[in-house]
Amino acid sequence: MSSPTRWEIFWRTVMGRAYPRVVGMQRERSWLFFETLLPLLQVSAFVFVYRAIQAPPEFTGFVVLGGAMTAYWLNVLWSMAAQFYWEKETGNLELYIIAPTSLMAILLGMAIGGIVFSTVRALAVMTLGLLIFRVEVSIVSIPQLLGVFLLTLVALYGLGMLFSSLFLLYGRQASHLSNLLQEPVFLVSGFYFPVRALGSVVALGASVIPITLGLDAMRQLLFPTMMAQFHFLDVRIELGVLAVLSIGFLWLARRALSYMEDLSRREGRLTLRGQ
Amino acid sequence: MSTELAVKTERLSRVYKAKKREIVALDRVDLEIPAGELFGLLGPNGAGKTTLIKILTTLLAPTGGRAWVAGVDVARNPWDVRRHINVVSGGESSGYGLLTVEENLWMFTQFYGIDGKTARTRIRELLEIVGLADRAKTKIYHLSTGMRQKMNFVRGFLTNPQILFLDEPTLGLDVQTSRTLRGFIKDWVGKRPGKTVLLTTHYMYEAEELCDRVAIIHDGRILACDTPGNLKRHLQREVVFRLRVTAIANPEELFQHLRGIQRFSHAEVNGHTELHFILEDENALPPILTAIQRSHGELISLEKREPTLEDVFISLVGRGLREGDGGAGATEGEPG
Repeated sequence: MSSPTRWEIFWRTVMGRAYPRVVGMQRERSWLFFETLLPLLQVSAFVFVYRAIQAPPEFTGFVVLGGAMTAYWLNVLWSMAAQFYWEKETGNLELYIIAPTSLMAILLGMAIGGIVFSTVRALAVMTLGLLIFRVEVSIVSIPQLLGVFLLTLVALYGLGMLFSSLFLLYGRQASHLSNLLQEPVFLVSGFYFPVRALGSVVALGASVIPITLGLDAMRQLLFPTMMAQFHFLDVRIELGVLAVLSIGFLWLARRALSYMEDLSRREGRLTLRGQ
Repeated sequence: MSTELAVKTERLSRVYKAKKREIVALDRVDLEIPAGELFGLLGPNGAGKTTLIKILTTLLAPTGGRAWVAGVDVARNPWDVRRHINVVSGGESSGYGLLTVEENLWMFTQFYGIDGKTARTRIRELLEIVGLADRAKTKIYHLSTGMRQKMNFVRGFLTNPQILFLDEPTLGLDVQTSRTLRGFIKDWVGKRPGKTVLLTTHYMYEAEELCDRVAIIHDGRILACDTPGNLKRHLQREVVFRLRVTAIANPEELFQHLRGIQRFSHAEVNGHTELHFILEDENALPPILTAIQRSHGELISLEKREPTLEDVFISLVGRGLREGDGGAGATEGEPG
């Protein structure tokens, strides 16, 4: 039997590591309740605030879209960035390292599994939100909408891969980073309102988190009339920046993983549990 | 280095930096393991066995010296080393609880690029051999410790590695499971000439039963390296006695001034004291018996026997493997 090539190992690893996430979802269905109905309650709170102050109905749409996209942000923080900490604790990380595969392939597998999982949550929140609150959308361009959505995910999960390299070295200490980023990003990325409301400087700074521009562009493509006065940047510019972020984060993640793996090996932290 | 060598180390060292001091885990270790050998690394907890395995499996960088696995430098080219190896560790808890045994095993084969059909065939065969075939569809969080370790074994062998590292693989397992797994190791190596196994253990009988050659490691240094037979032969000039007496206090003080005792160790077993002597000759025995009598101890049994690896270990290290590490070596109740 001939030895598998690096590419064969890479893609088989991606599929192999995505499998537990996709299959695990079906084996423990209680998550459906926690991951769909509970987030909808949070969305509802913002919807009722907007309704109480008689904001235009599109604002309900802004909130529902933001609520749906929280699934991806939480997944990136806790199931991508922090995942290597848990893998180290269970002993899986050692087996990933000693296998002739790449950690990028492991992370890509995690990302694909995570995207499948988060998309179910996002779709449920979006569908239920649109139906319950009777939100009307007028899609400007389906290809552009799909493009923005996919590029947002690529850049976002690229960022998650970059963060995961920190967990490789610092373990539990790095979880402060996830805690530190979770709520502030909900604010500065404009999950529940158009990001321009924070001012151009803050919006520009927040654009390093791909979901900021992704949300702004998707809102422009779903609610064009209202977003005409609230949009931050032109959709084409946002697409371009998202493409740059995607490539940049993936490249940085690859370099950082390689560097951190080497450093962890030298410092003896790759297999150090409970740190 | 010669490609005939599966593992080679030259003055391999690893120093851990703690807050105010340095801990030498490996101290200039020189080792050569030819391809096809079942090699044992014997030493107590903290001797440096796992550190050595971690370096050889590319999980840890050495701080001094060099190491080659399958002819490849582990520090300079870790990826190439990984194509040739696999590892099974005792007490391993790898895998995902929601997946079944066969799903977990399949997942690990994917990290080696093994195609689905080959993977499924090997999984079926190996589960059959270790007696876990009826649990193939069981989610792994339902498995007992022994079953889980059998699954880990299968994971290590599934990729048909050229060099397999077994780090305390039967640690904490019951007698029956340990025997099954030892039988499996012997069978696997026996049927595949050219495959190399490096086994670390602190169970003497495990090393004696399985290994072609054994290295005794203590405080990060290799103290001796030879076949179990040759190691024991070095001791044949001496006489080995095992005495069981009623509990006596301070055995070290009791025997320290007696002549003719080369090495001595003791252990408390079921309320009795087991004394283990390596004597220059039999004339050294009567004073020992007198000393026991004087300390109000009663002799329960006395046994003169052929030297074992345990005796070799005591003669080199100055204490038994079971002393100072929680008696882990005695848990199985197998011949020591």
